[in-house]
Amino acid sequence: MNSLIRRAVDPRGAVVVLLAVILVAIVVLNPSFAEPGQLVRFIQRVAPIAIVAIGQYFVIVSGEFDLSMGALVTAQVVTSGYLIGQDPSKIAAVLTLMLILGVLVGVVNGLATTLLKVPSFIVTLGTMLIIHGAVMWWTGGAATGDPVDSFRQIGRGGIEDVPVLGQLPYGVLVLLVVIVAAIWLSRRPFGRTLVAIGDNAEAAAYAGTNVWRTKTLAFVISSLSATVAGVLLVGYAGVHPSVGQGYEFIAITAVVLGGVVLGGGRGTVFGALTGAFTLESLFTLLNFTAVPSTMRDAIQGVIIIAAVAYSGVVFAKRRSTTSTDDQNPGRAAADDENPTPGPTTTPTPTSARDSSPIHPSGDAVARD
Amino acid sequence: MKRSLRTAVGIAGAGALIALAGCTTDPSVEQAPEAGGEESASTEWFNQELYDKQFKEREVTPEGPEDKPYLQMINPEMQDTSEHASEGGKKVCFANASISNPWRQTGWITMNEQLKELKKGGVITEMETRDAQDNDDTQIADIDYFISEGNCDGFIISPNSTAAITPAVERACETGKPVIVFDRGVQTDCAVTFIHPIGGFAWGIDSAQFLIDNLNEGDKVVALRILPGVDVLEQRWAAAEKLFDEAGIEAVDYFTDADPAEIKKIVSDELAKGDVQGVWMDAGDGAVSAIEAFEDAGKDYPVMTGEDELSFLRKWKETEMTAIAPVYSNFQWRTPLLAAEMIFKGEEVPKEWVLPQSPITSEDLDDFLKRNEGMPDGHYAKFGGEDLPGYPQVWQDRVIP
Repeated sequence: MNSLIRRAVDPRGAVVVLLAVILVAIVVLNPSFAEPGQLVRFIQRVAPIAIVAIGQYFVIVSGEFDLSMGALVTAQVVTSGYLIGQDPSKIAAVLTLMLILGVLVGVVNGLATTLLKVPSFIVTLGTMLIIHGAVMWWTGGAATGDPVDSFRQIGRGGIEDVPVLGQLPYGVLVLLVVIVAAIWLSRRPFGRTLVAIGDNAEAAAYAGTNVWRTKTLAFVISSLSATVAGVLLVGYAGVHPSVGQGYEFIAITAVVLGGVVLGGGRGTVFGALTGAFTLESLFTLLNFTAVPSTMRDAIQGVIIIAAVAYSGVVFAKRRSTTSTDDQNPGRAAADDENPTPGPTTTPTPTSARDSSPIHPSGDAVARD
Repeated sequence: MKRSLRTAVGIAGAGALIALAGCTTDPSVEQAPEAGGEESASTEWFNQELYDKQFKEREVTPEGPEDKPYLQMINPEMQDTSEHASEGGKKVCFANASISNPWRQTGWITMNEQLKELKKGGVITEMETRDAQDNDDTQIADIDYFISEGNCDGFIISPNSTAAITPAVERACETGKPVIVFDRGVQTDCAVTFIHPIGGFAWGIDSAQFLIDNLNEGDKVVALRILPGVDVLEQRWAAAEKLFDEAGIEAVDYFTDADPAEIKKIVSDELAKGDVQGVWMDAGDGAVSAIEAFEDAGKDYPVMTGEDELSFLRKWKETEMTAIAPVYSNFQWRTPLLAAEMIFKGEEVPKEWVLPQSPITSEDLDDFLKRNEGMPDGHYAKFGGEDLPGYPQVWQDRVIP
């Protein structure tokens, strides 16, 4: 019982509680939401945001930001609309081109951040503007024409006649693949090194880590996730230069909501995923309650501040009790219950982890 | 002790914030059915006098050449422009609000083709354009740049917003050169002519009346609006909302930024809540994704109002749904240059040049689809450029000038 409460109070557990509360509220307002067919459609809708959030997780946990995601999603959506058009034979070639574009953006972000030592906030702000500007120049601010329907099926269609569900959307399957791949990656040495770098890049470098290569890979993963989200979104919604707008902030909100610490060194893929679902459920709840959509940004803002403040306060309190009563064993046990053993398996020594800059990173949020 | 107190206060504060975030949704749970709160906002935009004027103008047969809607006029009060008459080639300066949506892009292409045609006549020999990219400050700077540059023989202004651009338009008038305003209006009548289609209320009346005729009392309509605060858009909704209210149609409105993903989510959620019989839009951009939300949810097509954007007309034809396409006449982009030529020649123009604005119905849908065959999805059916030399290639290629 005690550990259950502790888990609920833990920032990572709190988001699960919040998600449950929101889902219950939605079902109370609209019982049909709980039907399997509806639920699976809801997951289809969250898929692009969840994928983008997972991509953002890899960058944030390494101590960086990727603000270029939203613009990249837009670019991929517009690219597929313009280049594939109504010709299904072009799908494979254009898809390859989109992946190359994704890798390219990731590499540029990564190398400029690590080798040129420009803060990633600035680098990705720059690439965001470059990509956004290029899309605006290309389309004049309004796109015309969706890609061929067979391509859009990835984001819109699904496997028909599945028992219980009715239709199993491809988007849900893509999300599952991304989740499995992300969890696998985060448990590989790569994923653990990334957390170590986010915690203390200098210590990780002394331990023999190749910091620039690892971080650049994280940026590439993030850009690729934006590409996948773009493919899903062009199917779900169609081509428009406003598709993908603001996705970088939705992703960052989701990741922070999921207990991933801005500044790096702490957080899980599962947290980012839960954060994304919580955020999108909240928006759905707002739709069901007819809250003016103009209010959404304000609500998103309140939540991001509350979530960061909450985890900052809890971690600070925990740190102060640790130093006086030495409750380290209890804390380690709590961490072990984590679905993906991110922070606990950090190769950095425990002492370094304890002095991880939670407060400074909290300040960084306030400054940003 | 101090520290734990601070922590406790901090947790309480953070908790309150989270609770607050959750609670903001609660009060509106009760409000939702009457859609309260929003009504007061739309009454600010409602103007009975303008509503009545536009209501009547919808039924007036316009004066002017029958095959040239861009030269037609509704109830014109002609005025003398001989003071601006002069010989020789003229340079006009065009301060454009933006080309950031398919409607403005289509119009911009048409305007450029019209310019090419007029240059042959030797009256208008040059047009310099500055694009304000949807920004009031930029447009004010653009107009002031034209004024200080001093070599404009006339001004054409498509205002970005009504109140903010008014002083800049007045400054342009003070130069003594003719000023032509089109599309959105300004709060001054110093311009030689103000060119616009009938207006937002007419749009709202046409579209809402169609839904009311095809729906029953108590039916539900989802209204998808692009953004708040723009008069031509707000007037569309103000008229529609008034009519829905009177007819006992339940209408909920959302702002979408024309983002198809947002539109689809909104319509999907509305369909999950209960049946939706009608969809009303204040602009057709994104209409297809609203229709696709019905398809994906396995529901019957709604009665729908979109716009004369081809993506919507084609989807309408393909699904054979009950629909109407209200029109905000795109051919108005031709009129300012033609008016400028008339003014330089000293011909009479109306002080307020009201162009016809009639929706596309199921009867003339096929005709408009045929006329616009091969045009891209973002093209507007009533672009009115069929008699220009570049037709149809220029609009099919859709290269933004």
